Amino acid sequence: MPEEPGSAYDALTDHEDDARWAYGTGFTDPLAGVSSAVPGGADREALTTYCLMLGDDALIMSHRLQEWVTRAPEIEDELALANIALDLLGQARLLLGRAAEVEDAGRDEDSLAYGREAGEFRNVCLAEPADADFAHLMARLLAFATWRLALLDRLSASADPVLAAIAAKGVKEVTYHRDYAARWVVRLGDGTDLSHQRMQAAMTAVATQTGELFAVHPVEQAMAAAGFGVDPAQLRPEFATVWSQVLDAATLEAPADPAVGVGEGRDGRHTAALSGILDELQSVARSTPGGVW
Amino acid sequence: MSEPGRHEWPLFEVFVRAKRGLNHVHVGSLRAADHDMALHHARDLYTRRNEGVSIWVVRSDDVVASAPAEKESFFEPSGDKIYRHPTHYTIPGSVPHI
Repeated sequence: MPEEPGSAYDALTDHEDDARWAYGTGFTDPLAGVSSAVPGGADREALTTYCLMLGDDALIMSHRLQEWVTRAPEIEDELALANIALDLLGQARLLLGRAAEVEDAGRDEDSLAYGREAGEFRNVCLAEPADADFAHLMARLLAFATWRLALLDRLSASADPVLAAIAAKGVKEVTYHRDYAARWVVRLGDGTDLSHQRMQAAMTAVATQTGELFAVHPVEQAMAAAGFGVDPAQLRPEFATVWSQVLDAATLEAPADPAVGVGEGRDGRHTAALSGILDELQSVARSTPGGVW
Repeated sequence: MSEPGRHEWPLFEVFVRAKRGLNHVHVGSLRAADHDMALHHARDLYTRRNEGVSIWVVRSDDVVASAPAEKESFFEPSGDKIYRHPTHYTIPGSVPHI
């Protein structure tokens, strides 16, 4: 019997053990060995919404970062931004997947990402604005990553084993995101007169958008009380410490602390920018429903 | 070509030690403002597919390279020294354990 085309490669790929490869192997499944059963007594509706909140944060921020590909100041930074966007997209997939699993209503990560209207998205508004320049992007990424790292760090002790595993994976990724943004804020803040001035403007502008990060939505409150989620109000001291350390190192003036917002994004009330993001994000899925590559 | 007045970052050479490798191997080069940034860029450019466990970066300016013009005097004299290879020698049958 003639061999099928490509069978010469079968012998190379039919082993479980890929440790013999020097490069590009040993990939791990972050959910390996984690039970996907929803813990007994969980409020499924609230847990679904909570997963959507954290997943939508990552999805929308990732989309904005992707827009910098081909527009970054240097090719090395373009790749760094793409890497960060892909980390967040990976987190979004896991979180939306978990939301669908807990909801158990026949939806999946794709229908949640591509099938919802703007009003059904639960991300914080900080993820939405288009960045005026690279300094604004770095300021926004610093705020987002500092907040998200504090959140995921605590979430890795969640009573939902899947959320805990997703958070533990995310901590390593977001630690790098925060570090990347902080390095640029310091470099530009403590750079030339012009870079200092533009970095200061960006930090001042972004600081006004951070109040909502610490607003407590009823779903977040319920999930924190049940041991599944994190109370965002608790994240503020860590955020403030990191934020002021970076500002100091960057020789920038600390903008006024914003008042804690009302968390409009968590309620599905968004800036107009989100519609623009979704138009692009969902265009292919809407024009070709069910299409695959 | 760089635009007039545009400052260009210096070039760095990147060496990555793979998971299964014992030595750092030259994988390419990149531009960065300083060593610290070069290390981070190297992480983002050259270890995206789970390749590395250690990175070295070095300023390309600091690499001293042999000159192509000196190739003959540098390398060709070793071309006929067959006795420097162990396979040149015949092992007598009476020598055990080789």
